[in-house]
Amino acid sequence: MNEMNAIELKNITKRFGSVVANDHVDLTLKEGEILAILGENGSGKTTLMNMLSGIYFPDEGQLFVHGKETVIRSPKDSFELGIGMIHQHFKLIPIFTAAENAVLGLDKDKKGGIAEVNKKIQELIDKYGFDLDIDRKIYDMSVSQKQTVEIIKVLYRGADILILDEPTAVLTPQETEKLFAVLRNMKANGKSIIIITHKLNEVMEISDRVAVLRKGKSIGTIETKDASVDKLTEMMVGEKVALNIDRSEPVDPKKCISVSGLSVRNREGVRILKDISFEARSGEILGIAGVSGNGQEQLLEAIAGLQKYESGEIKFYDENGNETKDKLISFVPEDRLGMGLVGNMNIVDNMMLRSYRESKGLFLNKTGPAEVAKKIVDSLKIVTPDLKTAVRRLSGGNVQKVLVGREIERNPELLMVAYPVRGLDINSSYVIYNLLNEQKNKGVAVICVIEDLDVLLELCDRIMVLSGGKVTGIEDARTTTKEKIGMLMMDSGKGENE
Amino acid sequence: MNETSVKQPLFRMIKRDDVTKSQAMCVRLIAVLLSLIVCAAIITGITGESPVNVYLGIINGAFGNPNRIWVTIRETAVLLLIAVGLTPAFRMKFWNIGAEGQILMGGLVSAAWMIYGAEKMPNGILLVFIIISSAAAGMIWGVVPAVFKAYMNTNETLFTLMLNYVAMQIINYAIVFWEKPAGSNTVGIINSASKAGWFPKLLGGTYGLNVLLVLIVTILVTIYMRRSRQGFELSVVGESSRTAEYVKIDVKRVIIRTMMISGAICGLAGAVIVSGSSHTISTSTAGGRGFTAIVVAWMSQFNPIAMLVVSAFFVFMQQGAIQIATQFGLNENASDIITGIILFFMIGAEYFVQYKFRFGRKKEA
Repeated sequence: MNEMNAIELKNITKRFGSVVANDHVDLTLKEGEILAILGENGSGKTTLMNMLSGIYFPDEGQLFVHGKETVIRSPKDSFELGIGMIHQHFKLIPIFTAAENAVLGLDKDKKGGIAEVNKKIQELIDKYGFDLDIDRKIYDMSVSQKQTVEIIKVLYRGADILILDEPTAVLTPQETEKLFAVLRNMKANGKSIIIITHKLNEVMEISDRVAVLRKGKSIGTIETKDASVDKLTEMMVGEKVALNIDRSEPVDPKKCISVSGLSVRNREGVRILKDISFEARSGEILGIAGVSGNGQEQLLEAIAGLQKYESGEIKFYDENGNETKDKLISFVPEDRLGMGLVGNMNIVDNMMLRSYRESKGLFLNKTGPAEVAKKIVDSLKIVTPDLKTAVRRLSGGNVQKVLVGREIERNPELLMVAYPVRGLDINSSYVIYNLLNEQKNKGVAVICVIEDLDVLLELCDRIMVLSGGKVTGIEDARTTTKEKIGMLMMDSGKGENE
Repeated sequence: MNETSVKQPLFRMIKRDDVTKSQAMCVRLIAVLLSLIVCAAIITGITGESPVNVYLGIINGAFGNPNRIWVTIRETAVLLLIAVGLTPAFRMKFWNIGAEGQILMGGLVSAAWMIYGAEKMPNGILLVFIIISSAAAGMIWGVVPAVFKAYMNTNETLFTLMLNYVAMQIINYAIVFWEKPAGSNTVGIINSASKAGWFPKLLGGTYGLNVLLVLIVTILVTIYMRRSRQGFELSVVGESSRTAEYVKIDVKRVIIRTMMISGAICGLAGAVIVSGSSHTISTSTAGGRGFTAIVVAWMSQFNPIAMLVVSAFFVFMQQGAIQIATQFGLNENASDIITGIILFFMIGAEYFVQYKFRFGRKKEA
């Protein structure tokens, strides 16, 4: 046993039914290093980490923590070994403060008043350079502050091995920088850190070594200094991929939709969108940037006619610039199986969702939708046993292809897509980007919400930034910078709140 | 490595992958057999009779003579009809546990027509009124919770359940007016001499019309669910109301429309029971069938053929239990116990269709 290893996994296998999520995976985390685990969605990264945090139990294999073989049967076991996991979805009580969340569920013998806990937490904040107001309650915090609390929570409980599951997915570029600074501080203090991600730039920036997983198998671990983005991509995908998006100049853009003064309140009466004004043009891709939850969803739903709005106007225009009521709008929502598709229905029935009203009489016509389904499966190379398979059984990329395929097949004049590549592998992502570009070149007005700023800058013609429910800027994607967009994302919108 | 320090969990539950239909049927069949064995063991334990006699008693009770066969068919038909009636609502994930009330209201209206309409019109016309108005009564009883659900998002489970008790009280109220003989607190057999409003003999049997009605409704509902646009809409609403809104389906309208259909069929079942078999009305006219039918519909996964088979099995066991209760001197609760045991095994089987146990850590190649 090598005393230098914080964690060593040997031959770990985990199956879910016939799906092998981890296939004899080996992994080593050295003491005091930052190890990035890189892999596409579905490659088994999170499953592997969940076995370290006691959520799953491996079917086969051995596990060593600080050189000693152990069995982790529950999250409690994992805690006692000093492993702390920061999940993608936070597990905090909103009405508690950081300190209250940190001590939640701890044994009584670790007691001490809340003042004492607060003091210890303040020490942690100072030691590692966190940015956190200790008296604030969780519900008052931004996403990055909540994440900070999660990290402090595991540190307070004495974790010396930290696992972060896609920590940057919800952060702006500036917040990511702050997080990385903290991680480096922790490393300097002897903590061992695993960071799960699929963003290559971040891997290059933060990690000491990179372990790559592909389809549940460990492909290899390399020193970051020997790696390059191209090399990592190849390891991750298994083949060389050309990662570029052809952005053509918009041809003859015409005003397609204009939104002015749009305000939306949610059920609780909180204003989600405040006085939004913009226009989208045919033959152009308008990107919407912003930390998720800043009104992107409501904006698209309002345009699609699915969300009531308090004030403001949404107007559509025909080719001659006259106002028109009937615009064929296609919408690929964020929640694919919960909104865009019906997971338990097969591909044909899902095609029928859009077309079933067109069949005459009382009865359904399934031949039309079946032809559309076949066409989409063929043209987008959707991997499915047959057209009768429930779409929820398909992989994430194929589900998205079914949805995008159906929406494009309607020949829309306005196409809106929300987080179109979330959860998709690299190849599928580029298929989707190309489809969006194809629609743009056909003269469709495309509006897309995308998290990845690099992609947004490469794909879009213009980028509108939403922050706090307001438009904080509309930039030309060809001339603006990532830093500029990041600044606008954190801009509170200057002026009155509420 | 020191193996003893490495403790394994004793057993784990593992989700089965891709259960084929025949495998699932196999699990259910084993459950049925187990339930039969346990039923017999319990009755043998109580009465001291040999299990063979117990089974012979059950078979005798269900099929012992032509009359018993007809009763088994009649009861199967009613249970199937209610399960069919619940199908659209449950497909929409509208948890209608108010079939009891809907049946009672349909039965009440049937009884009212029989009492007040007798000798005022030909029997055929009276029957048409009975069928239409009982369906209407069930429809009203079903649509009320649907309207509240659609517009105020009330909990339909509680609402439909409460309406069962309201229906029972209305029946009690009606019995005060209709009781015969006076003071008996029962309605007695209505029109026992004139047989006005009774379902006529058909297809050579007393309950031919019952069977015919149930078959027609079953076929119509099956076509409605599988082939019609409305059936498609209600499945979409059931799977995800957000998807339904996304494709601009009027969710409120679908909820109300579907519960109108579901309630109407359950109301019709009330007429089939009152006019077609019992010819009387009481608070136990529905007799728990509204709940049993939920199990029938779910276990059959809403497949009409499966619903027929499952209904027949339940009725077979119930009729058999009644027989062995009299034969071996048990009281009427024997039937409930047997139904309970069967339900326990059938519902338990659904868990094993989805999961399997694995003991220890199995090394796999």
